[in-house]
Amino acid sequence: MSDVAERVKKIVIEHLGVDADKVVDSANFIDDLGADSLDTVELVMAFEEEFGVEIPDESAEGIVTVGDAVKFLEKATAKA
Amino acid sequence: MFDLNNRVALVTGASGGLGASIARALHRQGAKVVLSGTRREALDKLAAELGDRVFVAPCNLSEAEAVEKLIPEAEAAAGAPLDILVNNAGVTRDGLFMRMKDEDWSTVLTVNLESAFRLCRAAVKGMMKRRHGRIINITSVVGVTGNPGQANYCASKAGLIGMSKALAAEIAARGITVNCVAPGFIASPMTDVLNDKQKESILGAIPAGSMGKGDDIAAACVYLASDEAGYVTGQTLHVNGGMAMI
Repeated sequence: MSDVAERVKKIVIEHLGVDADKVVDSANFIDDLGADSLDTVELVMAFEEEFGVEIPDESAEGIVTVGDAVKFLEKATAKA
Repeated sequence: MFDLNNRVALVTGASGGLGASIARALHRQGAKVVLSGTRREALDKLAAELGDRVFVAPCNLSEAEAVEKLIPEAEAAAGAPLDILVNNAGVTRDGLFMRMKDEDWSTVLTVNLESAFRLCRAAVKGMMKRRHGRIINITSVVGVTGNPGQANYCASKAGLIGMSKALAAEIAARGITVNCVAPGFIASPMTDVLNDKQKESILGAIPAGSMGKGDDIAAACVYLASDEAGYVTGQTLHVNGGMAMI
């Protein structure tokens, strides 16, 4: 697991209070991990803070699974 | 009770009488207070009166860009994140509905409602992270009862109530409350110029038999800003001497 993936999963586990084994790449924040729409906004804010990047609203809308977040942040941090 | 030590509050419209009363009351309870308004001189004067724990951040709320910057500016001035936002600023452009100009409509809606929307949006982000926040929007009894000659003002004040309820529902689970305070007739330079007959007819409609004072409104704000009011959200607290019982 990449460093980015590990950090993403740690945030998701902490924020949503879910078991680590449920936080897999294909897990959908809302359908599989019990997040509500406000939780997803907060997750994006937490990712922004952890990785020091800005996630525009258009990109945030496309981040619906753990894997989406990892992919986006790997790209974003590679650029920086 | 109602201890606001170590809390940071931003009050808009603090160069006016009501805003100054609210700022004084929050300050008295121990809060650090950031005063915003258009008239720098009045803000500086109030800041000098209050002494320490007070900061000045002038802003013209009809300019969207300036509004977007106000929360970060206030936090930078106070050196700490914002806990309490009081959207008190308001303007009137009264006129009969049939003669109301587009500009009078849009000015009132922009300053009274849209700026409150922008400030709430900017403030909520940090409040969500900290799991604490108090938003108090100053509306008016006429936002609920209506008043001839004030269609724009009534619309903006009714809009604040609806907006506050929606936001309150969205963020209640994050420890943030959003409420309105609705003043009735408050003694001010504006009411001082009324003649005796006008005053008599106004007082006749107020069961308490007197006009309200800025401090009456400020006390309601102190309560809603306090930890003790943490279970009160999405409400409108009417402070009007009984002139409208809603």
